[in-house]
Amino acid sequence: MALIEYRDALNQAFAEEIERDPNVVLIGEEVAQYDGAYKVTRGLWKKYGDKRVMDTPISEAAFIGMGVGASMLGLRPVIELMFWSFATVAYDQIINNAGQIRYMSGGLINCPIVIRGPANGGTNVGATHSHTPENWLGAIPGLKVVSAATPYDAKGLMKAAIRDNDPVMFMENTLLYGNRGEVPEEEYIIPLGVADLKREGSDVSLIAHGRAVLTALKAAEILASEHNIQADVLDLRSIRPLDEEAILKTVRKTHRAVLVDENKPFCGVSAQISATIMEQAFDDLDAPVARVCSLDAPAIYSPAVEPLQLPTPERVIEKVLKLA
Amino acid sequence: MPKTEVRSTDYANAPINENLSKEERVKLLREMMRIRRFEQIALKFYNAGKMGGFLHLYIGQESVAVGTVSLMGDNDHVITAYRDHGHALAVGMGMNECMAELYGKATGCSKGKGGSMHYFAPDKNYWGGHGIVAGQTPLGLGLAYGIKYKGLKGAALCFLGDGAVNQGVVYESLNMASLFDLPVIYVIENNKYSMGTSLERSSVIDKCLAQRAEAFKVDWALANGEDVYEVRAVTQQALERAYEKSRPTVLEFQTYRYYGHSVADAKHKGGYRKEEEIERYKKQHDPIVIFKNRLLAEKAITEEQFEAIEAEVKAEADESARFAEESPYPTVESIYDDVYFEVDRQTEAGRTGRFFFNN
Repeated sequence: MALIEYRDALNQAFAEEIERDPNVVLIGEEVAQYDGAYKVTRGLWKKYGDKRVMDTPISEAAFIGMGVGASMLGLRPVIELMFWSFATVAYDQIINNAGQIRYMSGGLINCPIVIRGPANGGTNVGATHSHTPENWLGAIPGLKVVSAATPYDAKGLMKAAIRDNDPVMFMENTLLYGNRGEVPEEEYIIPLGVADLKREGSDVSLIAHGRAVLTALKAAEILASEHNIQADVLDLRSIRPLDEEAILKTVRKTHRAVLVDENKPFCGVSAQISATIMEQAFDDLDAPVARVCSLDAPAIYSPAVEPLQLPTPERVIEKVLKLA
Repeated sequence: MPKTEVRSTDYANAPINENLSKEERVKLLREMMRIRRFEQIALKFYNAGKMGGFLHLYIGQESVAVGTVSLMGDNDHVITAYRDHGHALAVGMGMNECMAELYGKATGCSKGKGGSMHYFAPDKNYWGGHGIVAGQTPLGLGLAYGIKYKGLKGAALCFLGDGAVNQGVVYESLNMASLFDLPVIYVIENNKYSMGTSLERSSVIDKCLAQRAEAFKVDWALANGEDVYEVRAVTQQALERAYEKSRPTVLEFQTYRYYGHSVADAKHKGGYRKEEEIERYKKQHDPIVIFKNRLLAEKAITEEQFEAIEAEVKAEADESARFAEESPYPTVESIYDDVYFEVDRQTEAGRTGRFFFNN
């Protein structure tokens, strides 16, 4: 298998879907001639031209709304937000139009769009550019939310998202774009709603999504080598739909759960996971569910401090040791 | 500066109108009458407590929806805001499904899930029915983009009110419409009040609101919306521009609503506008009265025929209220339907993972 970067795995997904379906079109700021602000769409405009890869002005509300309108006529726009944080200026289009139009039309309309881009802190760009809105968007019935931690998952999930007939909010991560991972040559698709057990253990379940999965994996290695604690690491991959069975399965195996989440704790994705475990696996627990989230304040700029605002392996280990 | 102003005294002679048959002329009148009677009946039962939420009446503005929509071809699409009953009926939606929607019934056009502000009929190229002021304007842009992407000759008619023109997304959309040569026609229905705030108190105006299009090198026109002939003549030019040049247009039709912003708007009489003003519009500018007199003068219709149409549309509206009354409500279980396409169809994607989180 080829070892490729996360951004190139996404790039392959776009190229393959553009070639497969004439209705797929990439839309966004700098996605075409500039090759993408983070080079995720590198080379695609040159290869597929203006019709399939379209630069837009800095008008998130209009180009997302345009994508929603076009999707009603059968197009499958894949719309890049340079940062998911910029969704705030397009919230009406995402929430009310993409998210509610099917319902309000009594099922007459569907909106097969993908909105994608990086949604992460940790790059010292301040609070306005560091939001992780998977919990905001996951709270909206009508939207689907996906978060990919590895190149393999990024490609497989993106292909599923593009083929999905509902609006899919796809969370990427600037800190992961350069990560390399194995991606098979042959075509594959990862369905939405299927979590992935990234590491097997028996003592505690670390449940995470996005970059927090890598944080959990690092913590699990140290727990194994230094504390003789074997952790299951479950990558949710999809927030909505959610693979509850996988969550309950790991909790029923290890009887302890530590949720690792780059969301802030209040109404973060982990708050929902915690409720799910409490409601459905209370009797299986040997300890209260614990959480390691981003520290509950706007994202700090200071390069020396910001990494500590996000979940770290050390904080995960500390929580796990408290449960043991 | 690009600009279109049609200035002729009689739009009956405009190319798009002069060859209309008697029947076609009468149909324009009849469609306006249907809208008015439908809403009068809706108001009656809204006041009787049969409906919830808001009811934004279109009465007084009927000529705009009917005139514009009467020109639509197979590849033309319509989208509007929350004052959407007129456009819905004009595109051919039935009174029954529209009235039942107001009643919140399962037989409504949106199965009782959308309500007054959210009518849809994709089979009639009618894409809503949108509740957030100006939220529909980039969707209209997207319809135009979709038409162009597919290589079709068509246009998207995107309606908005005079209050909507002060939302930023309108200008983002206009910029992109011009930049990308998209065949969208923004139709400003200027009824002079954004809820209780008059045009003068909400907008900086030079000549008119449509003139703002000049900033984007988009052609525009200001017209009298009370004359259905004028509406058609002016709209036709915009459609031709869309079809032939794939260029956008902003049209502004001066019009007037007789009722409040919604029925719940208690201050519309004697509050933010004088009762005499409303009466003056009803007497001097009513689009149905004006067109009826026009057709009488043209001998396209007789007073008796007009009365007969009145009776027919009243019967149709009364019947729609009966239909709505007798229709069942949606079930509580149906709350979960129509959220996700994949779940509704029970595709593999719709059967994978959990979508709803109640216990």
